Formats: sequence, C-alpha cells, structure tokens
Amino acid sequence: MDKEIVIKVCTGTGGVASGGEKVLSAFQDAIAATGIEATFYEKCTTKKVGCRGFCSKDVLVDILINGEKTTYKHVKVDMVPRIFDEHIVKGNPVAEWTVEDDYYTFHEKQQKVVLSHCGEIDPEDIDAYIAVGGYEAARKAILSMSPEEIVDAVKKSNLRGRGGAGFPTGLKWELGLRIRSDIKFVICNGDEGDPGAFMDRSVMEGDPHSVIEGMIICAKATGSRRGYIYVRAEYPLAVKRLQLAIDMCHKQKFLGKKIFGSDFDFDLSIFQGAGAFVCGEATALMRSIEGKRGMPSPKMWRSAEKGLWDKPTVLNNVETFANIPRIILKGASWYRNLGTERSGGTKVFSITGKVKNTGLVEVPLGVSLRHIIYDIGGGIEGDKTFKAIQTGGPSGGCIPAEHLDIEVDYESLAQVGSIMGSGGMVVLDETSCMVNTAKFFLEFTQEESCGKCTPCRIGTKRMLEILGRITRGKGRDGDIELLEELGRYIRAASLCGLGMTAPNPVLSTLRYFRHEYEAHIKEKRCPAAVCRDLITYTIHEEICKGCGACKKVCPADAIRGTRKTPHKIDQSLCVKCGTCFDACKFKSIMKA
Amino acid sequence: MVTFKIDGQKVTVRKLSTILDAARKLDIPIPTLCHHPALSPFGGCRLCIVEIKGSPKPVTSCTTFARDGMEVKTSSPQLENMRKMTLELLLSDHPTDCMVCERAGDCKLQELAYFYGIKENRFIGERRTYDKKDGNPFIARDMEKCILCGQCVRICDEIQGVGAIDFAYRGLKTKICPPFDKDLNCEFCGQCVAICPTGALTGKMWKQKGRQNFTKIDTICPYCGCGCNITLHVRRNEVMRVSSKPETLNEGWLCPKGRFGYQFISSPDRLTKPLIRTISKEYSASDTWNIPPYPPLAKGGRRGGSDIFREVSWDEAFDYIAERLRDIREKSGPDAIAGLASARCTNEENYLFQKFMRAVIGTNNIDHCARY
Ligand SMILES: Cc1cc2nc3c(=O)[nH]c(=O)nc-3n(C[C@H](O)[C@H](O)[C@H](O)COP(=O)(O)O)c2cc1C
Ligand code: SF4
Ligand code: SF4
Ligand code: SF4
Ligand code: FES
Repeated sequence: MDKEIVIKVCTGTGGVASGGEKVLSAFQDAIAATGIEATFYEKCTTKKVGCRGFCSKDVLVDILINGEKTTYKHVKVDMVPRIFDEHIVKGNPVAEWTVEDDYYTFHEKQQKVVLSHCGEIDPEDIDAYIAVGGYEAARKAILSMSPEEIVDAVKKSNLRGRGGAGFPTGLKWELGLRIRSDIKFVICNGDEGDPGAFMDRSVMEGDPHSVIEGMIICAKATGSRRGYIYVRAEYPLAVKRLQLAIDMCHKQKFLGKKIFGSDFDFDLSIFQGAGAFVCGEATALMRSIEGKRGMPSPKMWRSAEKGLWDKPTVLNNVETFANIPRIILKGASWYRNLGTERSGGTKVFSITGKVKNTGLVEVPLGVSLRHIIYDIGGGIEGDKTFKAIQTGGPSGGCIPAEHLDIEVDYESLAQVGSIMGSGGMVVLDETSCMVNTAKFFLEFTQEESCGKCTPCRIGTKRMLEILGRITRGKGRDGDIELLEELGRYIRAASLCGLGMTAPNPVLSTLRYFRHEYEAHIKEKRCPAAVCRDLITYTIHEEICKGCGACKKVCPADAIRGTRKTPHKIDQSLCVKCGTCFDACKFKSIMKA
Repeated sequence: MVTFKIDGQKVTVRKLSTILDAARKLDIPIPTLCHHPALSPFGGCRLCIVEIKGSPKPVTSCTTFARDGMEVKTSSPQLENMRKMTLELLLSDHPTDCMVCERAGDCKLQELAYFYGIKENRFIGERRTYDKKDGNPFIARDMEKCILCGQCVRICDEIQGVGAIDFAYRGLKTKICPPFDKDLNCEFCGQCVAICPTGALTGKMWKQKGRQNFTKIDTICPYCGCGCNITLHVRRNEVMRVSSKPETLNEGWLCPKGRFGYQFISSPDRLTKPLIRTISKEYSASDTWNIPPYPPLAKGGRRGGSDIFREVSWDEAFDYIAERLRDIREKSGPDAIAGLASARCTNEENYLFQKFMRAVIGTNNIDHCARY
C-alpha cells in the first residue's frame, strides 16, 4: 500500500535557534540512507515550516502519515534515528517524545487567521502558498475589482491597524485612493521594535507571501506602483524569506510589469532598518527610508497626503497586510463577525512572563484577558497568584486582576490605562514588584527616545531617576505626585507615540498598585521582596539546624555561627545577593 | 484664506498658515525655542503649545495649520504649567553658567527662564557632560548647553546646503554633532552660530570680548559682489562681532568671510606707512621673476627697512606713483595700466579707486574681488 509521509520541521527563528535546520537534515539523511522511497513505494517528503507560536517546545516536528498527524517536541538530532525507525518505518509513534495535552489546548482555544499558514506550509516555496489558495485574492483584486470595491471591502471588514494605534485600515486606504498623484507608495511596517514581540517576525518568516499579497491588493486599491517592506536587519531570516518570495513573484509575474496579465504595474523592495525602536513610528520609518535619521516629524499632513518623499503613502503593519487576502477571499462580513462591534477579526498576541504556556496566540478580538491567560496560557506558572498583565509592549500599562474580564480591543484596553500596542503581553505574578516593573519598561523607552522633544528626552529620564530612588529606598514624600504630574505632562506634550505612551507603565501601576509605591517610600519596604536595597535576609533561629551551608556560600562572609547552633547574618556585611537563601535546605532563611 | 479666533481675537490668514504664524501677526506672544520662520517646522521643544476648543490635548502651534472656525487659547493655567515643566526639564540638563556664558543677555533659554521665574528645579538629575575640543578657529561648541532645538541642523542642511551636522545618539545622550562624532570640519559659515538660541554655539573670537553694550553699525560686507548687509558690533573703535539682520537683502545669512573675517581691521600687521619696493642689485631688471621671497616680518609686524621695501613719506610715495603712471600712460597709452584693489579696503576707498582709474587714468582695466 502506498503511504504518504510528510515530515514538517519548524524552522522559524525559534526553531532554527534550537537546531531546526540540523534536525531537518538529519531526517533528510535518514530518508536517503534507507532509500525508503524506492523500497516501500512510499512517498516521504520533508518540509520546512514557520513558527507555530509555541517556541518553548521547539524543535517541533510533525509527522503526517496519510494525513494522520503526530507532533514531537524538543526534537534533537540524536532523537531522529529512533523516531525514524520506530515511527516512520515501523509505524509506532515514540509516545514518550510526543507533545502533551497542553500543546493541543494551546492551539485549540485559538482562532488562526493570520497564522493559519504558519507552521503548515513551506514559506520558501511559492507553490505551497498557491496550493492553499495563495494569490487568488490578489488575482481577483487586480483583474476583477475596482479600487473602490477593494476599499469598500476593507472598510466593511472593520479591520483596524495592527501596528498599535488601531486606525481603521479601510479609511486609510480610502484617503490614499482619493489623493491624486502620479507617484504613490505602499509601505509595510515590519520594524517590530518591541522587545519580546515576534508576531510580525513569525508572519514574515512563516508566511511571507501573505504580506506581499496584501500589499499588491493595497497597491491596486490606492493606485500605487511602488512598495517597500521595512524590516529590521536583526531579522535576517525574515529578510531572506521575503526576498525569496519577492523573487518568486517576479518569476510568476505577480510583481513587476503588467501583473497577473493586467496592465497594472507594481513592484516591491525590502528596506533593512538598523534597528531603532522609534523607526517603527510611521514618520520616522519614512525618514529612515529616505536616508535620513529615523526621527518622527510632526503630523502636519497625513501620510496618505504627504508621506515618503512627500508623496502619498499608505503604510500598514505586517499583520494588517496579512489579513487582507483573507478578507478579499472569504468576505468582509466573515472577517467582521470574528471580532467585536468596534474592531473586526483576530489579533496575534505574544504572551510571555509567568504563564505556563508562553508563545504566540491568535484570538478573535473581544475575548477576555482571562481566556488568554488561563485557557490558552494554561494559568500561572508554579500555581502562584496572578498579579497583573502588562499589555502593548514596553509602553503599555499593567492591568490588575479586577479587569481580567474586559473584552480585549483597542478601546477597552485604553479605558483601563493600557494599550493594544503591537500585542505584547507579559504576565506578572505575586513575585513581581510593580515599581520595579514600571522602572524596567521605562528604562527601555527612555533609552530609545529619539531625543527630539523635551518631555520624552528629559522627562522620561527624570521619571526613571525618581523610580530609581524609590526602589533604592531613597524615595521622598511627594515623589508619587511628582511622578503623576510628570507622567501626565509627558503623555500630553510629547511629539510622537513613543513619548505619549512611555509613562503608561508608571501611571497604570500608580493607579492600581499605589500601595506598593507607598510601602517603598514610607516604610522602605518592597512588598514583593524584589528591590535589593529594601530586602533583608534573616535566619529563623528555630528552623536553622546549624548545618553551615549558608556560611559556606556567602560571598561577603556575613554569616556567623558554629555548627549545630543557629546561625546569624551580620546585616552590616550582607550584600543581599540571596545566595544563602537558595543554599538553605531547611528554608530557614527569610527574605522580606 | 482662513478665518479663526486666537484668544478671542478674529484673524484671517493665508491657507496653510500655522497658528503660530497667525499669533505672530496679531502680536500675541507664544514662547518658542525651536521654531524659525525660514526653516522647516520641527516641533521639538514643545513650548509653543496652545489649546484648541474641542481638542482633548494641547497642540504645538508651530506645526498646526489654522483651520476655519478654530478657537485657540494661547494661555491657561494648564498650558503655563506645562511650559514651566518643559523649561524646568531643559534647565535640569543645563549648566547654570549664565554669568560666564557668551550668550547671557541674548539667550532665549535664559530669557524664558526669567519670564517663568524658574529659580528652583524639582528635577535635578543626570546631566550630559562632554569634553569641549574644537580644532577649528571659528566655532566653539559647548554641547552641554544645547537644548536640541535642531535649528543648526536645519539651517546647515536647508539654507547652507551642507549638512555637516545632525542628531546622533538616543535618549538623554542625544547630541548634535558631525558624522561619527568627529571634529567639526565644514565651511565654517557660522550660520549655526547665528541661529543657535543658546550659548551652545558661539564664535571663538567672541570669547570674553563682551556681550552687550556694543555700538552697532550697519554696513555692507566688502568681500564680494553679493553685498550682504552686515552689522558691526563695535566697542572702543574695535569690531568685536559681525552679525546680519534677517530683514535684509541677504535675509541675515552670511558666509565665513563676512561673519568671521573681520580681525584684519585692528590687526597689528597692517601697514601704517607707505613702502616703496627696492630691488637689490643681484636681482636685476632682467630677472624680475626671481625676486626672493619676502623676508619674515620683523617683530611688531613692520616691514620697513628691509632691502626690498623702503619706508617713505606720503609725499614721496605720491610723487613716485604720479611720475610712474604719467610716464607709462604717455609712452604706452592708458590701457597699459591696470588696477587691482582689495576687499579689505572700505567700500568708499574702492569707489574712489575705480573712479580714479576710469576718469583720471582713462582705462577700464580695473578689478577687485567684489567686482566693479
Ligand atoms: C514608538 C513607536 C513604535 C512603533 N513601532 C511599530 C512597529 O514596530 N510596527 C508597526 O507596525 N507599527 C509600529 N508603530 C505604529 C506605526 O506608527 C503606525 O501607526 C503603524 O505601522 C500603521 O499601520 P497599521 O495602521 O496597519 O497599524 C509604532 C509607533 C510608535 C509611536
Ligand atoms: S516623543 Fe520621544 S521618540 Fe517621539 S519625537 Fe519626542 S523624543 Fe522623539
Ligand atoms: S546658554 Fe543661555 S541659559 Fe545657558 S548658560 Fe548660556 S546664557 Fe545661560
Ligand atoms: S547647538 Fe544651538 S541651534 Fe543647535 S540644536 Fe543646540 S541649541 Fe539648537
Ligand atoms: S516652537 Fe513649536 S515646538 Fe518648539
């Protein structure tokens, strides 16, 4: 009997980092060595696929035998022979290496639209994309839709910009279409500067054609002939796969002159950014392509009127573009109905921090934070208590447990003091100090400030200094009020979104966790026992067995005591490194 | 045309005018530090914020177009508080150096700090520190005083077309400097010095020559045919600085010679007595092309008494010139004579010289670097 065997190996950045390429060639070698194709009349193929979002389990390998799928996790090269021998040759999956239930619940509770191809098709093969309906939407848009019809469909879909601000994409395109100009540009924003975010990277690496197809449709809708994909140079795999995809499109005449046999010309090139967070801001990004310093400019004109080189420009995020082919093919109302009244469709989030399952998740807009954290994320790691979730990247706010049931969309997140941003989510548990968390995020934004405007350049630095002294136990009366005043001022007076949102982590933690600030300032105490200068380590005399383990490891020689009698820490010598805390087997050292 | 209201006053301005343009027209003061009417809008300092009725956040008036029916307020307790905050922040990253600063008294930052009465600062913290090394003889840069208004960057790029400096680094460490933070190596036109609102950029030769109380004398730059308007800042018959007014033919822009090339006026090297060239025997008339190099200047800069020049009285000099010119003119005609004058003479002297050549000698063979 003929068997069809497909081996899919994750070669996203996460997969490659865990050795995906090597695992892939190990499988290929095994196939060649057994000559399986010739002897068993079987068709056995390997495929590189993109990221499926569960990177903590990489390298993930799917083995499909006549469509029946088994997924292995943490696959290493030395595991390949056994999987090959027992599973592929003999037909018995290696049960101890396959993924567990959490892998399936993680995926089942999601709704994949943008990510539907990631992890399924080979991103380096245009035919794989075409086989799943790729470029049909573009063909339809180019050959049988008018620009107005496309704009209409996008408007009806209720798609809003996935780059953070949530501007209705249809409206943006409509403006782009209305402005008259010989030269217009389409730009895809693939800068993705938020630390820890990798949704756009996963799409560019795992399904690059969907982004290109979205841009082709946008070009037709707005009448533009030239496009740029702005990708940071730190994403070499994304750059490589996008370039490969563009080259293949040229061969197929999906890009270039007279595309799809029409009389419409559209061409694309990649622009590699040097990797500044602020270059993700639309105006800074365009200055960067122009060869200038990536510095935001005041929005006297909309980009659709005067953008790149002062020409009308439509700029959208990677995920925004990747949604477009689906909207054109499956219909605007299908997409619209996936989301809420105010925002259609799904959104990809990267969920990290203290949850059991970290990775990329795609859910319809309007689901609750609770659903994302508990149903998909599997709850808090180590079954500790949830404290807050920080959404929207480094300039988002921290949302406490009381708001876990809000429906996630642009407005509701703003209402509770946070933002959608690019979709980063960091889960914090009881062991996180909120003052320290706010400081951590502000450190990033203040360093990435382009320095152009006063509130952001100096104001965020001063906020950071105040937070610094609070966490060092040097906080003063009035610091909380000063932080609030500065935060509100920076939010209102900054030129671009970076400054306007930078105070969010501070303002939101002041709103929900003010008592933690007060404890630091008034009582010189860090409730979560995180801030080094505010912790004291003491030995509980009744528990201490006098084993001396702590004394042996203390780098400062701060522990006194003879064997079998309770030991003591000399506070004047203690450097608060916490080594003794970890070394004590009897848990007799207190941290507070 | 667009008609709207600022602080209750109706104003009509041309389309694409900013709120700031309109306020200036009505003479309503709005503090600014980064705006310049001749440069592209920037929106960096955030001092020029105003409130627009119906808008949730203040906007910067220098980068917001006026729209029909707008109602703008240029001052309110909230706005003034925010402006004060901006100034406080700027000053928290600024040396309090006014007493020895070249720009004190003429500094926009100092002026605003004075108007807003900023004496104490709630935001004392880290400050940028740079070592000040500049190889060039014209421009002194003290970037600790820079408020990042970007006017120098824009004037260098947009007016001068040079682009020698730009923003570099990020966050608090942001700095205006040449590429790779190298030493300044440009045309040294000093446009940036002229436009800088603070003491960050100053003329090297201004140092400790006085800040105010100059006699200002408007004149025309003699260096070239453009004829830029310049203003000499004079004290005790010595030119201390040169500037140019924006409402002039050259819109206030100058080149390095016009701006910095004035020391010759009071140079001790200047000739004060006429000299007649004498050629020593060994270099006879047949060998005029081989005149040896000028001997080095004697201490004090006098050339008199060398074997090439002989110091003479004015009478002797004039007699000599008249005799030689008459001789040549009679023998070979007026066109055998040509005159070259110097841009470092006054405009009046140069006028007289060409008049003399044309009317007295009778030739048009006359030139000078400002062209006749
Ligand atoms: C500091 C800053 C960083 C940004 N970074 C990104 C980014 O990395 N990717 C992105 O798509 N949008 C980013 N944006 C948002 C863009 O300015 C712009 O709104 C967006 O790309 C528009 O596309 P959309 O309408 O499809 O969201 C950033 C904005 C700011 C203020
Ligand atoms: S807000 Fe920050 S990043 Fe944005 S323009 Fe101002 S200084 Fe630059
Ligand atoms: S630049 Fe202005 S404010 Fe700064 S020290 Fe000089 S005079 Fe004072
Ligand atoms: S050097 Fe002067 S003109 Fe240039 S940015 Fe600084 S303050 Fe402005
Ligand atoms: S003058 Fe408007 S922002 Fe500086």
